[in-house]
Amino acid sequence: MSNVVIVDYGMCNLDSIARAVEECGGQPNVTDKPNDLSKATHIILPGVGAFPDGMRNIRERGFEEALNREVIENNIPFLGICLGMQMMAKKGEEVEPTAGLGWIDGEVVKLEPNKEDRRIPHIGWNVIEKHWDVPIFEGIEENRDFYFVHSYHMKVFDNDQIAACTPYAGGFVSAVSRDHIFGTQFHPEKSQKVGFQVLHNFLNY
Amino acid sequence: MSLKIRVMPTLLYKDLGLVKGKGFDSWRRTGSIMQTVKVYNMREVDELVFVDITATASGREPDFECVDEIADECFMPLTVGGGIRTVEDVRRLLMVGADKIAINSAAVENPQLIRDIAERFGSQCIVVSIDFKRHDDGSYEVFTRSGSQPTGLEPVDWAKMADSYGAGEIILTSIDRDGTMTGYDVELTRQVSEAVSIPVIASGGAGEYEHMAEVLKEGKADAVAAAAIFHFTERTPLEAKHYLREHGFNVRI
Repeated sequence: MSNVVIVDYGMCNLDSIARAVEECGGQPNVTDKPNDLSKATHIILPGVGAFPDGMRNIRERGFEEALNREVIENNIPFLGICLGMQMMAKKGEEVEPTAGLGWIDGEVVKLEPNKEDRRIPHIGWNVIEKHWDVPIFEGIEENRDFYFVHSYHMKVFDNDQIAACTPYAGGFVSAVSRDHIFGTQFHPEKSQKVGFQVLHNFLNY
Repeated sequence: MSLKIRVMPTLLYKDLGLVKGKGFDSWRRTGSIMQTVKVYNMREVDELVFVDITATASGREPDFECVDEIADECFMPLTVGGGIRTVEDVRRLLMVGADKIAINSAAVENPQLIRDIAERFGSQCIVVSIDFKRHDDGSYEVFTRSGSQPTGLEPVDWAKMADSYGAGEIILTSIDRDGTMTGYDVELTRQVSEAVSIPVIASGGAGEYEHMAEVLKEGKADAVAAAAIFHFTERTPLEAKHYLREHGFNVRI
């Protein structure tokens, strides 16, 4: 039986992801107690909001240590969504420079508009271009659309950690991966069938 | 350009049921919420807009329980509006499953609220909803409180101000055209789209797919919201997108 622990660090959007996990056959367990991570078969870090607030909440609630222990030392499969992915970076530049979890060699910066793509935030359905056969994208064809809603993105310095890119505002990294650690800038829980396929793949990883 | 044009059904909620009116009046019941949400979920629409149209007028806070129930069936993006007055209202709505919130009257009365929400939750989750009327002399004015309160604000100026305060999106609704199915206000949509750097959703007046194409092309909107066309005719969001694709727009089918 899976025990999909969804980290509640006070940054919202927990219900949607818990419901989606349920629909994908997982057993969601939303918790604000870092100790609950030790029983997890999978860990999901969702998130809406600003990077500094997110990291502060994670640190103040004692999640940073628990996440490092379970994800990095004990190799529990991990999925970060939106802000949850961004916080996997070494550093965030939103509002003020803030250290992230540091799992991905990257930093989070604002999306800059260009001639073709003038609108920021990037809101709506857009494609992902897979960099390699990432396990969470198994069975997902090219040119499928996922739902994005964000103003910041992660610049990734280690090419091997880039899982997918999206051609908007000059192109940005829309998914990262490192062994059993995954992150998506888009919202699989709001991306209907293709999104559920991603969650399903993650739960079966 | 790989980002898709969005077609968004709007659900208006009043006293425990869905309604649709004309010119923000003459409300007709259009069915139960849950049933409608389930249908749209099954049909995989791009995004749902859900507005509680009597909350502000009757001084009520948003119906968090109702939004919670809707969001549980809604595996697609959900924007919720109506009665939102504080950062705490926003937090609770996001907590129960809204992806974005729409503020209207409260933003006009206190634009700082936009900034406060943006700093806490990010610009991407704030939609500023602008309802406007066109006067006989051709000038435009913003109205709040479900179209009952004139504000003296010019929609383009207000949209620019909302953008500068940190709004993430504008939903622009013509009160005159609402429910008439005679087409969007293309002219004002274009003016607002050109004046701001955030996405603009055109709303109010869709009766034909052609109207959508017109406001996307001439009005330079990034998305179209529509209610009456989907409630009172056989037309569907999917069919709208097929039409738009045939006419050269980038949509998600």
